[in-house]
Amino acid sequence: MSKIIAPPPFLKGAAKAAAKPSEVIKERSMLLQKQMLGDLFHDLTTAKDTGRKVVYTFVPGNLSELILAFDMLPVYPEINALQWGMRKKSGSLIRDAEKYGYSEDVCTYVKCDVGMFLNGNIGPTGEKLPPPDLLLLSYTGCFTFLKWFENLQKLYPGVPTAMLHTPYAADGVITEDMVTYMVRQLEEDVIPKMEMVSGKKFNPEKLSRHLGLASESEDWISKIFDLTKIVPSPIDAYFAGVYYIGPINAGFRGAESAVEYYHQLYLEVAERAREGRTPVTPEGELEEERFRLVVEGPPNWTHFREFWKLFYDMGAVVVASSYTKVGGLFDNGFRHDPDNPLESLARYCMGCYTNISLPERVNLLEGFIKDYKADGFLINSIKSCNSFSAGQLLIMRELEQRLGVPVSFIESDLVDPRYFSYANIKNRLDSFFQMMDQRKRVGGRHQFSKPEQTSSGEQCSMILPVLQQEGAL
Amino acid sequence: MHRTFEKLISECEHIAFDLQFSHAKAWKRASSERFLAGYLPIYIPREVIHAMGGLPVGIMGTGDRMQIIKGDAYYQSYICHLPRGVVELAMSGAFAEFDAFIFPSICDVIRNLSGMFQIFKPDVFVKYLDLPQNFLPSVGGAYYRREIETTVEGILSHRSTVPFENEVWVERLNHSIRLYNENRALIERIVTIRQEYPWRVSAVDWYNVLRSGLAMPVEEHNNILYELEAYLQDDRGRPLDNIRVVISGAFCEQPPVGLIKTIELAGCYIVDDDFMLGSRWIEGDIAEDTSDPLGAIVDAYLQHSTFSASLYEAAPASGTKVERLASLVKSRKADGVIFAAPSFCDPALLDRPELQLGLERAGVRTIGFQYSENTGQFKVIKEEVGAFSDSIKLWGSGADGSEPDSHMWLPTVIEDLTAIA
Ligand code: SF4
Ligand code: SF4
Repeated sequence: MSKIIAPPPFLKGAAKAAAKPSEVIKERSMLLQKQMLGDLFHDLTTAKDTGRKVVYTFVPGNLSELILAFDMLPVYPEINALQWGMRKKSGSLIRDAEKYGYSEDVCTYVKCDVGMFLNGNIGPTGEKLPPPDLLLLSYTGCFTFLKWFENLQKLYPGVPTAMLHTPYAADGVITEDMVTYMVRQLEEDVIPKMEMVSGKKFNPEKLSRHLGLASESEDWISKIFDLTKIVPSPIDAYFAGVYYIGPINAGFRGAESAVEYYHQLYLEVAERAREGRTPVTPEGELEEERFRLVVEGPPNWTHFREFWKLFYDMGAVVVASSYTKVGGLFDNGFRHDPDNPLESLARYCMGCYTNISLPERVNLLEGFIKDYKADGFLINSIKSCNSFSAGQLLIMRELEQRLGVPVSFIESDLVDPRYFSYANIKNRLDSFFQMMDQRKRVGGRHQFSKPEQTSSGEQCSMILPVLQQEGAL
Repeated sequence: MHRTFEKLISECEHIAFDLQFSHAKAWKRASSERFLAGYLPIYIPREVIHAMGGLPVGIMGTGDRMQIIKGDAYYQSYICHLPRGVVELAMSGAFAEFDAFIFPSICDVIRNLSGMFQIFKPDVFVKYLDLPQNFLPSVGGAYYRREIETTVEGILSHRSTVPFENEVWVERLNHSIRLYNENRALIERIVTIRQEYPWRVSAVDWYNVLRSGLAMPVEEHNNILYELEAYLQDDRGRPLDNIRVVISGAFCEQPPVGLIKTIELAGCYIVDDDFMLGSRWIEGDIAEDTSDPLGAIVDAYLQHSTFSASLYEAAPASGTKVERLASLVKSRKADGVIFAAPSFCDPALLDRPELQLGLERAGVRTIGFQYSENTGQFKVIKEEVGAFSDSIKLWGSGADGSEPDSHMWLPTVIEDLTAIA
């Protein structure tokens, strides 16, 4: 009997309608993930009693293996913020931060986090989070992280900060100079501060063991996201993908539990793929995969389900997304290397999606569109996030010109509910789906060709109407 | 004196806001050896470009002097204005004779703009200059040195010229360091005169003179500064009953000149600011006449950088940003701080709450608002700044320990100025 893969826990109720309870129970990955997150949360809430040290740090360019090597516990402020968003409670936290003096214009993750601090540091599950013993500022691919922790330094006076500056891979390469710079920072600032705070001596063997495990998890997650190249795709690589990247981004990369989780998840997704099944949505298994999309940019968290529904109602499946690469870009073969521990941590940080140059982002997305046989390319532009958003319209234009693929552009925010306009997004998506539908009728799927030249020599641009609507032209 | 004060200022204004960079292009045309390297805010080591025989040209956006059409098509409404103008300039051919572009690492917008230029201008050398956030000489210093060296190598390879012999390079770089030291010293002297006698040259006129220096050879700008300094020895203008303020947060996208004028008209002398911060980035002199001038430039960055939103706070030795801003207020004998930052500028706006709070705790009065380089109406700002100025005149600055009026103690934030305008 075939199985239905377990949907993410936040969709549990809705998905049960589609899957028989006995079948859901068989999905080990879901249970494993629940257990992992539950254990971490328990460790955090009891950290004061057990004496475990708590590190606040960020997802992109995280030093998960190093934190594990020092037996410290990670807290990821962005993950707290997105969870507040999903629980529809981020709005009031953001407003509190604005009352404190933060501008309406700045990243809402920061404001959500500051708002949480101002309200007693109660985490999204309702329990108080322990204060940091160390602020580990490894800020890959975004300047706002630097500003964010400078603000946290004021809110947690006296807490040491270990700073790891990740050079930007502006020319599409990671040079030896860049690696040396990062390794020296690890040796001279980050590791000594972690030794000081944890009271433990750095153990290179222990780090290497965690790096070996990280590499195994990275193998499995790469294989999982590779399965979406199959038509129909067995999972949605964006809406469900954000759930699947949870463990590797939330401090488990480098832990045995993550290897077990991703191996198990791979088995489940591979089985779905073998059976030719479509992704599970909050309303059950998708009837038919009508459109395959590549999506650039983070999702909206405050209206996550409504947002997803706009896609699955139309039979649209996201087969690849850049957002699932913010915590590491493993598609190109990068793996943490136990034999070159610090160097591989450096290379990992520099290779995360938002740290690669704009031309490389275009190349990567072009590869996704071709390799995953996408029918269209969509950008969800996030008001908060300059790191992702600045330059996205050029990315779209480039891809349209190179591939002739239908493209579209919507706007929302991560956790600020004021910036989610259902009607605008729906209108835009409806036109997009219509465009893809027409294209498929005429040329069939995956038959991209360059747009025709007009008599004036200029290329017809499918994005012009979008820009005109924006009032940009 | 060769020209009148008024002529000096108007010539500077013309060069500062000539969006075709004609002055710089004319300089380049005089010799085939010369080249132009455009750079974005805030700081690059201009000495290095100068020593290579090039002219570093500051690209500060288009202000309110150009209608942006093409540039807007590349940016969402929630991204600051500066890159739109830069793209507009690129698309309209204003950079036609430029040989290189340098994008210092100050924020994600500038960072991603460097990638856009790689796509727009594949034949021109584009360098993202990753200024280190680690300030240990063996770590950040070594990395920064390589960053500068690869910039030099990149420009040379694109211009197919032979690299300098080492002794020639040392001599030339030392010469450039001397010229820029002179430039910074002159600027500092004029700012100090303005601190005592702000009516002798208005904030706008001084802004024009300073900004013109981004588009002309440093030798020429030094002469202008000497001329201005000489003019400022004599009393000019008429002192007004204005308060004295420091402007903070305007280091990248520049405020429109109308805004600077408005602040003065509303009763404030601007006695210090962070407009064109790159020109004043290094505090004091870079070591001259050393056998390793590149090392001297690196050391100056590590040890004598000013404070800025783009720089990690814990790094520079001389205190936190709040402490440094408070000490600037004190040394300039300012009555308060105006936080003026571009809309959607994460670096400036994320610094503001803690800076504002810190200054208030230190007894310094503040207000804050946002602008865009093309903001055209300043009525609301004039009222707010006027009220700020009046209240300080009435109740004191708070710097003397006196209790200011409680409601004015709180920061006034004009929300979304551009929307109002
Ligand atoms: S700007 Fe973007 S990448 Fe940076 S912290 Fe905010 S959401 Fe994250
Ligand atoms: S104004 Fe601010 S956000 Fe815009 S480019 Fe400058 S530093 Fe970046």
